[in-house]
Amino acid sequence: MSGPDDAVLELRAVHRTHGAGPAAVHALRGVSLVVRPGELVAVMGPSGSGKSTLLALAGGLDRPTDGEVFIEGQPLGTLDRRGLAQLRRRRIGYIFQQLNLLGSLSAVENVALPLELDGTSGRRARSLAMAALTEVGLPAVGDRFPDQLSGGQQQRVAIARALVGERRLVLADEPTGALDSQTGEAVLHLLRRRIDAGAAGVLVTHEARHAGWADRVVFLRDGVLVDTTAPLGSVEQLLSGSDR
Amino acid sequence: MSIRHGLLALLERGQMYGYQLRAAFEESTGSTWPLNIGQVYTTLSRLERDGLVRPLPESEAGQRPYEITDAGRADLALWFATPISRTDRPRDELAIKLALALTTPGVDVRSVVQAQRSATMRALQELTRLKYGSDRPEDLPWRLVLDSMVFQAEAEVRWLDHCETSLVRHRPAVPPPSAPGPGDTPEAARWADEEARR
Repeated sequence: MSGPDDAVLELRAVHRTHGAGPAAVHALRGVSLVVRPGELVAVMGPSGSGKSTLLALAGGLDRPTDGEVFIEGQPLGTLDRRGLAQLRRRRIGYIFQQLNLLGSLSAVENVALPLELDGTSGRRARSLAMAALTEVGLPAVGDRFPDQLSGGQQQRVAIARALVGERRLVLADEPTGALDSQTGEAVLHLLRRRIDAGAAGVLVTHEARHAGWADRVVFLRDGVLVDTTAPLGSVEQLLSGSDR
Repeated sequence: MSIRHGLLALLERGQMYGYQLRAAFEESTGSTWPLNIGQVYTTLSRLERDGLVRPLPESEAGQRPYEITDAGRADLALWFATPISRTDRPRDELAIKLALALTTPGVDVRSVVQAQRSATMRALQELTRLKYGSDRPEDLPWRLVLDSMVFQAEAEVRWLDHCETSLVRHRPAVPPPSAPGPGDTPEAARWADEEARR
């Protein structure tokens, strides 16, 4: 379990520069990060430090100027657009502040959509989507449309869509958005449970309380990782005070 | 808070002897505030002196239970009714440390800020993990204690973020250790570099 071989996500000396010449903006400057199964890594930093760029690169939504991103050992740079789109649908779940739920589809159809796009039969996709909705505590609202759901329920539907199927990597950007503190906590609880079941996750946030749910917190400043918190011990070790 | 009021609150549930009080205190604060038995007995004898508790006859096992008096109940009610004043809390060593770091030559303030932020964040992770591991209904008092510490840690991280932003915006005039002017120190040069990039 120690080498990067088992990493779900690896960023290796990744740079991302927007523009060129004197006006170039160096969003990321040589960032390396490994995230393993069962691990949630929180990325913290002020606005403009490169957090969202890091997440976009990790999710194959953007390509690095230099360096390489690997998902389960596969270098994303070797994939064409189609291969990348397929990998994103199958292996990566995204939870963004903008939920991007389709208003003309019911909750269960929204959750099933990525599976159906990927060729899963309608019936099986629906049954997996119902399982995901149950996982997020919404077994009864499958047939409702987004505008018939509360903000917290919509967020959970979006999470169910991110978790549906066999996704191994969950990427979240300020996933609790404008939710109240209890509902926000429930969202992080769900994310944590999925990670504990073997997925890997990256959580971008500027809220320390949310980053507290991570196994490791890395700090980004001006496109560079400047620090990381020490790994946590078990609850038993924390309670006995032997975790230091 | 005083251990005094903690013990009074526990005795309001019913009579208890020293070891029971210690166990109940730790249970209701989720062991986040360990007490030694000496502190319990010292506090009990002060409470007895002030007429807020009274000792009962020893049991056959040699344990002496205490019960709360009417004066003790009144004191407890007053404590619950009175907000805690921030000025009653110990001075904030961290704030003082940062203030001094800013004006002490040769100290890399940003490293001080980052080291503290990392440590506070780590504590916040520990607290969150403990909270995550305690979701039974009877864990609620403990979870609320943990929440309080979580919010305090969060506030500290936010304040450290604020300090860092202020450091970048307003370069303080650090008294030079010797001849070179403030603009010549590596720290000041780094700030200037930082500002130039923004």
